[in-house]
Amino acid sequence: MKNRSFKKQKNNALTLLFTAVCALYMVPLAVMVLNSFKKKVFISRQPFAIPNPDSFAGWANYQKGVELTRFFEAMGYSLVITVLSVTVILLCTSMCAWYISRIRSGATRVVYSLFVFSMVVPFQMVMFTLSKLANALGLITPLGIVPVYLGFGAGLAVFMFCGYMKACPIAIEESAMIDGCRPLRVFFGVVLPILRPNAISIGILEVMWIWNDYLLPYLVLDLKRFKTIPIAIQYLKGGYGSVDMGAMMAMLTLAILPIVVFYLGSQRYIVSGIMAGAVKG
Amino acid sequence: MERYIKGYWPIFLLPTLIPFLMAFVVPFAMGLYLSLCDFTTVSNAVFVGFGNYIKAFSEGAAGFVHALWFTGLFALLSTVLINLLGLTLALLLVRGFRGTSLFRTVFFMPNLIGGIVLGWLWQVLLNGLLAKAGLTLVSNEWYGFWGLLAVMLWQQAGYMMIIYISGLQSIPDELMEAASMDGAGRWQTLIRIKLPMLMPSVTICTFLSLTNGFKLFDQNLALTNGMPGNRSQLLALNIYQTFYGRIGWEGAGQAKAVVFCAIVVAIALLQLRLTHEREVQQ
Repeated sequence: MKNRSFKKQKNNALTLLFTAVCALYMVPLAVMVLNSFKKKVFISRQPFAIPNPDSFAGWANYQKGVELTRFFEAMGYSLVITVLSVTVILLCTSMCAWYISRIRSGATRVVYSLFVFSMVVPFQMVMFTLSKLANALGLITPLGIVPVYLGFGAGLAVFMFCGYMKACPIAIEESAMIDGCRPLRVFFGVVLPILRPNAISIGILEVMWIWNDYLLPYLVLDLKRFKTIPIAIQYLKGGYGSVDMGAMMAMLTLAILPIVVFYLGSQRYIVSGIMAGAVKG
Repeated sequence: MERYIKGYWPIFLLPTLIPFLMAFVVPFAMGLYLSLCDFTTVSNAVFVGFGNYIKAFSEGAAGFVHALWFTGLFALLSTVLINLLGLTLALLLVRGFRGTSLFRTVFFMPNLIGGIVLGWLWQVLLNGLLAKAGLTLVSNEWYGFWGLLAVMLWQQAGYMMIIYISGLQSIPDELMEAASMDGAGRWQTLIRIKLPMLMPSVTICTFLSLTNGFKLFDQNLALTNGMPGNRSQLLALNIYQTFYGRIGWEGAGQAKAVVFCAIVVAIALLQLRLTHEREVQQ
């Protein structure tokens, strides 16, 4: 009895400790939100102070930032690029992975190894040649960048789908074929529904990558017409000499807001996506 | 079964394979070849042999060699710190006191924020702190170094925590019971049972944080942009600025990229071997 109450006390202490640590962990975000409501001279002078009547700027930073970066336009492009690319990646790579895992030949084995190899290679290795090639092919619009993402992101997706296919019972597919289903019917009617939870995990990983990606769209897209959120934020610095930190803090807050909403809404999938991605090793 | 599907390769394979060739295989092969050439665009390349590699390695004080060891040191330190923090959080947060799932949510959250956003966010924070001592992040390269380390620690510890937690949860209960029956203390259980059983997670996390450290770009660009005088540049940023910041250095930039790629691939192969050795032991 004595032992149990001791343990309870200890657990309460841990809860208290972690509440404090978590509050500290959130300080960077709190500082960002606070500063987004301050006039910009006060941001460098007293970055940790709570806005007072002197320093309070209302929504001015947000207004200015949205004007300078055309933030909501950038958000639209980010959304279109991410949704389209991830949809196309999931559809194409799952088909590709099914073929590779069901047909065992020298050719599919070579293709599979190439996909695995591409996961490891850093972007800087192909940065220059890829952007020149994409430009030459005219893939400089939010639609054009989709095949670029498919090509460069295929490695991880194919690899993970192939891992799941191994565990997938082949007998169901065979019986569907014996019943006279053609391969496309088998894939969309039998295989894809089984793979749905795995597709969600892979989709989450790809969303996290493409939504936050800076360098690839920066080098590929026609920047006069199209900017994604990370590019728009980085552009606050270019051209204006010194950075308007008020507008910057406001735009960072706007950029993080949808991520927090997305995270709280799909936390369960995100965590299982991380777990699935970690097994790849 | 195979003969039913085999003829369908244009439908199943080509939609992925053609973009893959365009976005990876061809640029990769061209990149390898161009690292041995003199060029300003892809079409005017002239073969020159290993000149670019020599040029890359004999760059001045804040050049490739500096970025190489600066990045190596950064990747190593960040790997150690991120994993220590991640593992500590995991060990504490599997103990089932009130609020653990909320705490996990909080620690993981920074992971979803992109590198550019993170870099600017921390620039204000760290400059605000350093200003009290009359310094800034770019006073010398070590402020940038430690700043970047703080950013990565904040961002990635939660990710590793998630992986370690699932590793800890997969340790069979019987093993823990047997240990406590035999009178093992807390430390003994940790060193003799939990850590050995966690080795697969440790391998994965070490590999992830090591390659993340080596490939880091966005945070570096937004936090210090390599200042002062390119001295806080990590490899990826150094390669980027060699390509796009200096005329006539494209060849050297591509040569650097090949070296960079070789290092990352070598780390991956090492990790693969370590994983296999463990599998044999079990």
